[in-house]
Amino acid sequence: MTTTQEVVETGRFDTATGSRTTRMLGWALIVGLIVLLWLAFVATDPDIRIDAASGDEIGQFDAVRLIYVHVPMAIVAYTAFTVTAIGSVMVLLRRSVWWDLVAGASAEIGAVASALTLITGSIWGRPIWNTYWRWDDVRLMTTLVLFMLALGYLAVRRLEGSAESRARRAAIVGILLVINSIIVNRSVEWWASQTLHQQSTITDAAIEDLTLFTFMYAIVFGLAGYVWLLIKGFRVAWLERQNERFGLVEALEQRRAEAERTDAVNAAVDTGTGDQS
Amino acid sequence: MLSDVLLIAGKDLRVELRSRIALNQVVPFALLVLVLFGFALDADSSTLATFTPGLYWVAVVLAALLAVHRSVSLEDGDGADEGLLMSGLHPASVFLGKAVALIAELLLLALVLLGGVLILYGAPVDDVTLLLLTTVAAVIGVGAAGTLYGALLSGQRARETILPILLLPVLAPVVIGASRAFGDAMGSVATDGWSWLLSLTGFAMLYLAVGSVAHGALMEEA
Repeated sequence: MTTTQEVVETGRFDTATGSRTTRMLGWALIVGLIVLLWLAFVATDPDIRIDAASGDEIGQFDAVRLIYVHVPMAIVAYTAFTVTAIGSVMVLLRRSVWWDLVAGASAEIGAVASALTLITGSIWGRPIWNTYWRWDDVRLMTTLVLFMLALGYLAVRRLEGSAESRARRAAIVGILLVINSIIVNRSVEWWASQTLHQQSTITDAAIEDLTLFTFMYAIVFGLAGYVWLLIKGFRVAWLERQNERFGLVEALEQRRAEAERTDAVNAAVDTGTGDQS
Repeated sequence: MLSDVLLIAGKDLRVELRSRIALNQVVPFALLVLVLFGFALDADSSTLATFTPGLYWVAVVLAALLAVHRSVSLEDGDGADEGLLMSGLHPASVFLGKAVALIAELLLLALVLLGGVLILYGAPVDDVTLLLLTTVAAVIGVGAAGTLYGALLSGQRARETILPILLLPVLAPVVIGASRAFGDAMGSVATDGWSWLLSLTGFAMLYLAVGSVAHGALMEEA
């Protein structure tokens, strides 16, 4: 990316967010997505077990495939908010512009990922728990409140005022994001003191080899997608910031150049009419 | 330090005594919310008595939004915020002063509303000590968090719309904790109210501490 110094010296701006690395990562993700869809829908079996006592078919059937989206999205959301909190600390410690933009870009992804976690979880919960929503589940409540806190954080990033002032206000909200979600997590746990969530699917021996591989692959895919989006989001924010800082300078330059051209034309016209009078 | 805190708190409370915004507008609003809950739920008083703890704290938190807004707007205009900055007072003193004034107003509001629910909803009271201590602890938490998030939005035109989405999720644990403790004190929920009181006290202490530290960074940018 062009640094501030280079913009001042050359007057040139970046106009795109792609680079060789992101293009390669982007293509890898497209191929990876096709592989993931094949693994999730074709290669792996639905979750069907035979109940020993009655001989009936039990299990989650096709709904189990949702874990290939739900769990990676949850992991991406919590990773993204952790990055936002780290970035916020760096902004307050070092007044770092770079970290401010990373924190903002990461929170945007985190908000989308936490929303998708809640949505896919609800779709899965309807057939399995027989309800879209549970008030007494600590993970549901924590993720929901975290999503709302993230919306507040993103709103603070859009406040009026100088970029530095916005960055510091956002950084304080960004650090509180983590503190608040821990408090919410603790209080919901004491309040409801139960969860329907499976404690850890990975250590459960019932999970089959290919299912386990698909599950891990989906998590890696989700995190790679997060990295790609983070780079893109950071570059968009960087361009926005440059536009904010230098957009006016550029517009003034263009107006001056225009005025000089007009002056030159007028001067030529003046000398022309001067000869006639 | 303490005299600085009292100086700022005294300033805010003096403005309130002369303008009577909290008394004449925020308290009636909170009472109206209680009346609306009555209309919306049931004329059957047993329903209202059962849900009194939750309804009470939702009313307090909604009214607190208005009180926070009022507290921040005292520093709007006439260069009041720059005056505070140039007064040389420590940012932590300014934060604690504004928080103390807001907490004092909210305590008055909470006590009026408590009378309101006891009379209008006919809620029984088993444990007066727990009820009052919970009110004090929860109100300190709401006041501290409100002052901090209010300061975050100082000088912003969009404050009225952003403050609720910032503050309400943060206050969710207070609503949970205070409602549980009230439920125990009113005998409607079988829970240990005193441990909830402890966690509310923790929340209040945490936000008083975080606000005192963070206010320096916010005042620098004002």
